[in-house]
Amino acid sequence: MAMNKIRGAFAVPRKGETFELRAGLVSQYAYERKESIQKTIMAMTLGKDVSALFPDVLKNIATSDLEQKKLVYLYLMNYAKSHPDLCILAVNTFVQDSEDPNPLIRALAIRTMGCIRVEKMVDYMEEPLRKTLRDESPYVRKTAAICVAKLFDLNPGMCLENGFLEMLQEMIGDPNPMVVANSVTALSEIHHTAPETRALQVTTNILRKMLMALNECTEWGRVTILSTLAEYRTSDVKESEHICERVAPQFQHANPSVVLAAVKVVFLHMKRVSQELSNTYLKKMAPPLVTLVSSAPEVQYVALRNIDLLLQKQPDILNKELRVFFCKYNDPPYVKFQKLEIMVRIANERNVDQLLAELKEYALEVDMDFVRRAIKAIGQVAIKIESASEKCVNTLLDLINTKVNYVVQEAIVVIKDIFRKYPGYEGIIPTLCKCIDELDEPNARAALIWIVGEYAEKISNAGDILGGFVDGFNEEFSQTQLQILTAVVKLFLKRPEKAQGLVQRVLQAATAENDNPDVRDRAYIYWRLLSNTSDSNATKNIVLSEKPPIVTTIHSLPPTLLDQLLLELSTLSSVYHKPPEQFVGQGRFGADAVQRAAIEEQIQNARENPLAAAAAAAAVSGAAPPAQAQNNVENLLDIDFDGGAPASAQNEPSGGMSGLEGLAGTPVRVQSPAANAPAPQASNNLDDLLGVFGDSGEAQPSSSGATGGGASADLMNGFSGLDLSGNATPPANNAPKKTNEDIMSLF
Amino acid sequence: MLSGILIFNQKGENLIFRAFRSDCRPRLADIFRIQVISNPQVRSPILTLGSTTFSHVKHENIYLVAVTKSNANAALVFEFLYRLVVLGKSYFGKLDEEAVKNNFVLIYELLDEILDFGYPQNTETDTLKMYITTEGVKSAIANSPTDSSRITMQATGALSWRRSDIKYRKNEAFVDVIEDVNLLMSATGTVLRADVNGQIVMRAYLTGTPECKFGLNDRLLLDGGEPTGPGGGRGGGASGGGIGASKATRAAAGSVTLEDCQFHQCVKLGRFDADRIISFVPPDGEFELMRYRATENVNLPFKVHPIVREIGTTKVEYSVAIKANYSSKLFATNVIIRIPTPLNTAKTTERTSQGRAKYEPEHNNIVWKIARFSGQSEYVLNAEATLTSMTHQKAWSRPPLSLSFGLLMFTSSGLLVRYLKVFEKSNYSSVKWVRYMTRAGSYEIRF
Repeated sequence: MAMNKIRGAFAVPRKGETFELRAGLVSQYAYERKESIQKTIMAMTLGKDVSALFPDVLKNIATSDLEQKKLVYLYLMNYAKSHPDLCILAVNTFVQDSEDPNPLIRALAIRTMGCIRVEKMVDYMEEPLRKTLRDESPYVRKTAAICVAKLFDLNPGMCLENGFLEMLQEMIGDPNPMVVANSVTALSEIHHTAPETRALQVTTNILRKMLMALNECTEWGRVTILSTLAEYRTSDVKESEHICERVAPQFQHANPSVVLAAVKVVFLHMKRVSQELSNTYLKKMAPPLVTLVSSAPEVQYVALRNIDLLLQKQPDILNKELRVFFCKYNDPPYVKFQKLEIMVRIANERNVDQLLAELKEYALEVDMDFVRRAIKAIGQVAIKIESASEKCVNTLLDLINTKVNYVVQEAIVVIKDIFRKYPGYEGIIPTLCKCIDELDEPNARAALIWIVGEYAEKISNAGDILGGFVDGFNEEFSQTQLQILTAVVKLFLKRPEKAQGLVQRVLQAATAENDNPDVRDRAYIYWRLLSNTSDSNATKNIVLSEKPPIVTTIHSLPPTLLDQLLLELSTLSSVYHKPPEQFVGQGRFGADAVQRAAIEEQIQNARENPLAAAAAAAAVSGAAPPAQAQNNVENLLDIDFDGGAPASAQNEPSGGMSGLEGLAGTPVRVQSPAANAPAPQASNNLDDLLGVFGDSGEAQPSSSGATGGGASADLMNGFSGLDLSGNATPPANNAPKKTNEDIMSLF
Repeated sequence: MLSGILIFNQKGENLIFRAFRSDCRPRLADIFRIQVISNPQVRSPILTLGSTTFSHVKHENIYLVAVTKSNANAALVFEFLYRLVVLGKSYFGKLDEEAVKNNFVLIYELLDEILDFGYPQNTETDTLKMYITTEGVKSAIANSPTDSSRITMQATGALSWRRSDIKYRKNEAFVDVIEDVNLLMSATGTVLRADVNGQIVMRAYLTGTPECKFGLNDRLLLDGGEPTGPGGGRGGGASGGGIGASKATRAAAGSVTLEDCQFHQCVKLGRFDADRIISFVPPDGEFELMRYRATENVNLPFKVHPIVREIGTTKVEYSVAIKANYSSKLFATNVIIRIPTPLNTAKTTERTSQGRAKYEPEHNNIVWKIARFSGQSEYVLNAEATLTSMTHQKAWSRPPLSLSFGLLMFTSSGLLVRYLKVFEKSNYSSVKWVRYMTRAGSYEIRF
């Protein structure tokens, strides 16, 4: 800077941009100065560093031109930190402005002061803030109210000492609704960042004031008040009734976020009122929810995710509204996927025909991902509604006949699930077997092989089919290998004469030529079972035992998580279907909280599913003691949930980013391939391991991968090498340790 | 709440960067550019990286992005971004890259006013226009203390949408009932989904602080009140068979079942909830009074009957017949029928009995335009698309055929305005005008 000055004084005028700007800023003509300020702001937006102009811009602060003043203030807010000492020069103007006769200027001054995050500025804020909080103009008061929250963020101690919180609490009784709304906003923010201040304690009196302001304040103020009402725990039934009654008219507001906030309040307080009354409210909230589906796609998406939650709690509210959720041809994919899930949720015996016709239509579209989901939905409907299962199977057969590769594959995976609930559809097996050559995805192959093994006694050429797979055994994915192994053993037990040689070959291939310990271990187990001569029925009892039919393939959140998410309706948390701790990383949701949650989860998992936890521990630790292993797991959890904080704060997207992207970008559940493991037996160690990683390990093992949602699936992506190799080969154990060290050093 | 608002152009250049909290750092702009704008695989409008969440909306050729660090209210964030679009449009006519670049100072000023510490404040266009203006001249008004205290009263008052000192020599109110009719018809001709999204737009030029009461032929209201509204009867007209007797009488009585309605914030929701009376003090000028949805007895203005045959792999034959289902006194304008063609179409030939048809290769459509379509008439298009052969034969997904049109003095739902009463203390008389219009929302026919 000094260099510049010298050059400016002695050398020929340099044509640098900063130089020109500076010349303009100190020009004797007002219009030139204003123009230069505008240019400075422009440069600032473009990311150029114009902090060197700070003193020159500051000279323009004392002006009667409101527009220019705003620009200077904008500059100040951005660069105050780079020149904390010079900011003091602005204080005088601020203090003066805060006493200006024009309320717009008073508000502007106090608003900007709060945004200049410099310690020294704070000392001068006390007086102006106190004055403006009691200003005659509501516009200034509402601005000052928010300023208290700003000050608290900067210096909580000073905020408390000066009694600003008490002043704010008084302001909830302000005659102006907007002042009320902003006071509530500020108090609720302070309350959330520092619960120990007990800033926002809703009493009957405050409740009454808020309900009064609700009908008069701006739409955004309504959202604030409604959110606060949703958090309030009523003292008696009367109060709950009263709140519902006053809030329900807001269902008719034009702003979707107000509608959602109102739905949230009524839904939460409804629990306490009589059954009859709560039913009328449920009926009342259905039409507004449906209307949300015709808003802008992004808003629609948020609404749909929330409707999904509401439906999991109250499955019947939108029974008659199936048609609204039909996908439009040009809906964005994220909306389409969500609509599919909701349609399956509200499917019942009355509307199932309509739904099936629609799903079939979708299955013939071109977007591969969407088509697969549509087919999966058909399977879910079949399993959900028994009377419709036959129609669903016929629809799936029609789809198989289209011969479109990915349609066929997905349909077979889905049919496998249908067999697990209704074993009686064996008549279609020949049709399925015809497609064998078209299947190239491990999932679909595994599904078909499972079917062949399960119905081996009824398929005359089962031996030939499986023989073909055994020949190429070593080229298959391990998932398919496991299925081949099981299917051959089943065939052998059912028709020993046909599969004598086959079973020998497959056991040989799986034990001697295979690297995957899961496959090897399972082969050894079968081998030993089969060589058991003391009780020839024992093997049959184990391998061919009656399997319990599956109940549903529709994804549902565990009840505790669901209840927690219902408290978060319309927030990001409700969009992700994840508790906020998992993606919010500051303040009370810091890394510590995440770690604590992870430990708790571990303990709970261990309690509910000791076997899996032990397996995971054993698998991850290798030689290390189990306690160590648990730590590893927690650290991994940290990477997934919080590791992104440093990653995004730093500029370079690290390697782990790809996993994080999945976590964030596509909250749509990623069905990990393991999730649909064809048979209960297929839930191998890997599945259990996933269950531990996932946020809901208590779900049945076969779907633990799915319920783990994005988190576990991403872990799979990000660390796929790790969790496969972790239990595969001891040398690979170095890799996770190293990662851990890196992570440790990050914190 | 919101930590910052960012605006980008399509190339990923940052046009506006306004941080409201200290945790919104400049480098976040780079992250958004890398992770969303230059990443073609983004399929969600929300992206969380670490603890930073980007929520974005695309409008024209710009991205509007909200940065949040907490578990923010997602519905509010998106709604706010859309409000920003609305504001931009009313200030600059159009909110695109050029408008943002030309008006960046004003946009900063607006953002400063409508968001404080990341919390949305007053976003009413009319109020904001009083003290944030495109011409510097007007801001002189805001500089005078008396005026600005009046402005600030309005910006925060209970009637934040209306000034108190409005005067007109002639008191007039215009009501436009605009309906978007949505249709999804299956290939077999059954109606999968038919509903109406209506909006009632009002332009009020009324003196003082008028209290308005607004009446529709709403069934819930009429069932309790008078049996028939004036001018009823159109609602029942062409709805065809298959409806129950009770519905038929209702339709004949000219009442409409509104599935759901949303009101402008000036409407007293409590009164509507209690006795379904729409009562309000209107803002000055144009505003959207209400939106509604109707799903019963939807009158479809057009019946389309497409026959599409794929002949071998080289040719597709079309025969599309469209019939107007409304009274012969009315006529629709700008009827456009979009008929999808396979992606490998080489050339097309079209013959029409009315209007002009043209092949638009960039949209894979045959576009058939009929400027004026009078009621009860029927037109036909015959076309043929010749296809090039492809090495990899992929089935054609047959996207639905879609329609757009505008039809005056017709409501698909049968909705009618029964009255609009204006009460003001000076007791002046006022003139009211009502117009009806039906447009195509998403009017799709599968084949």
